[in-house]
Amino acid sequence: MTERAAASSLPASEAFRRDVWPRVAAIALLAYVIYACSRLDVSLERVESGLANASHFFARLFPPNFQRRDLLVKGLLESLEIAVLASTLGIVLSLPVGLCAARNLMPPWVTWPARAVIVMARSFHPVIVAIVFVKAVGFGALAGVLALTVASIGFIGKLFTEAIEEISLKQVEAVRSTGASFLSVLTYGVLPQVFSRFIGFATYQLDSNLRNSTMVGIVGAGGIGGTLFAAFQRFDYDFVCAILIAIITLIMIGEVLATAVRAIFIENATLVDLVRRGGTMRRVRHAEDA
Amino acid sequence: MATVAAAQANGRTWRRFTPAQRLSRFVVHLAIVAAVVLSIRTIEVIPEFLADAPEQVADLFARMWPVDFAHYPTGVHDALIETIHIATLGTLLSILLAVPIGVLAARNLVPVAGVNLLAKLVLVSSRSVNSLVWALLFVGIFGPGALAGTLAIAFRSIGFVGKLFGEALEEAPSGPIEALSAAGAPWMSRMTFGYWPQVKPAFWSIALFRWDINVRESAVLGLVGGGGIGMALDSALNLFQWNRVAVILIAILVVVILAEIAVTQVRRRIL
Repeated sequence: MTERAAASSLPASEAFRRDVWPRVAAIALLAYVIYACSRLDVSLERVESGLANASHFFARLFPPNFQRRDLLVKGLLESLEIAVLASTLGIVLSLPVGLCAARNLMPPWVTWPARAVIVMARSFHPVIVAIVFVKAVGFGALAGVLALTVASIGFIGKLFTEAIEEISLKQVEAVRSTGASFLSVLTYGVLPQVFSRFIGFATYQLDSNLRNSTMVGIVGAGGIGGTLFAAFQRFDYDFVCAILIAIITLIMIGEVLATAVRAIFIENATLVDLVRRGGTMRRVRHAEDA
Repeated sequence: MATVAAAQANGRTWRRFTPAQRLSRFVVHLAIVAAVVLSIRTIEVIPEFLADAPEQVADLFARMWPVDFAHYPTGVHDALIETIHIATLGTLLSILLAVPIGVLAARNLVPVAGVNLLAKLVLVSSRSVNSLVWALLFVGIFGPGALAGTLAIAFRSIGFVGKLFGEALEEAPSGPIEALSAAGAPWMSRMTFGYWPQVKPAFWSIALFRWDINVRESAVLGLVGGGGIGMALDSALNLFQWNRVAVILIAILVVVILAEIAVTQVRRRIL
């Protein structure tokens, strides 16, 4: 190995030089892993003692306890409401923000503030944004709705901007050359080109909001998360297990619905097609998968 | 309107979608409107809280100012570095675990439907559980600390990395692989010389993208005991030290933006 490293320092052929870097990178990576593990106090003994603990933990997790069904259903419905409202608000607000941030349609003095808004909205995890909104509008679902709205603006806004920047300007010019107003240019020249991608972002964000709406409750912003965290802190592990099963079921239903909406709007499928395809539904690729 | 009437007089009406397609679209629109209306009517908003929101926001900023930058070297810096380590180690561990599962999930590599399904089930369950929930579970097992956070990040990322890597493998053109098998190449050679060069760009882009996401996610794990800057944030919040909260939020913002710049630069270099 050292011989190879030495060889590469000579003016040797390209083939040898390409061989060395992956090895150097691998060694550096290994050194980093060892250093980081020592810094984080991650050691085999801790993993071992944890694994011994795990059987005890899982024994208390099962069987799930569905006795407090009222609390569970109330929390889940609230999460669902948060997700629906935050997605709606987020989609409505991200349209103008995304449009303003597109460099091919707007002058720089419009794109820069819009881009700053998107970067700010994207940088913080929804749960951190929720902390600020809990302080601003108090405990409860409203804080969750606002926090997830901010997250939606950041995510859809960024992808929508990129989608607009990639459109073909020929159609825009054609519409503009007929003397169309700016609004008509947008409606007939820009939006038809990005509509299917926009549906993809919007359904993805609904999915993502549903996941996060079950979590913002940890900081008091409404939904099932508060119930989950309280049950966890009281060591009510069987109730925790019931809540987790409910959350996962909700998220999976949400994913199926999002796929159905994408199929209807992007592939022009009908409800009958969806039923016929059933379990073998092909997921429509969207930006997050790229 | 006149043209529509003319077309109808002609006996034909041109429409973009079939009645079934229109009905399906209408059902989706109806469901969305119904969901929004129902949510607005039933969501619990406390009017008193809403009424004094402007006051509270003003109070929030008043308490955050002046930002306690003096707190950074003593209480924030180490936690911030820990957060980055959690994100990086978690991403590395997830790649290690996700690549084999992704291979098992790829139908062209492992043509056994049962194995594919099982691998996909593992990936779906990993993605369906939020990283905060993973963190809760690992805190329950290993106790509070960075170990729980790292494992939470890793287990949440397996689904993401495995799914995208498996799809990249499935989309790899089969020409080079067929050429290799025709030459009698064993399985390992087909992997390293047939598949790997084709999926390499996708692999790096998935890994970098996930690391970027994980830097954001690892910042909140501390709220449930997963270590990192979230712990510092949690204790500052519980003590209502809003000027410390402000410095922590600024630190998170800076790290997240730096991570994004780093990812963009690396992507430009290697892809």
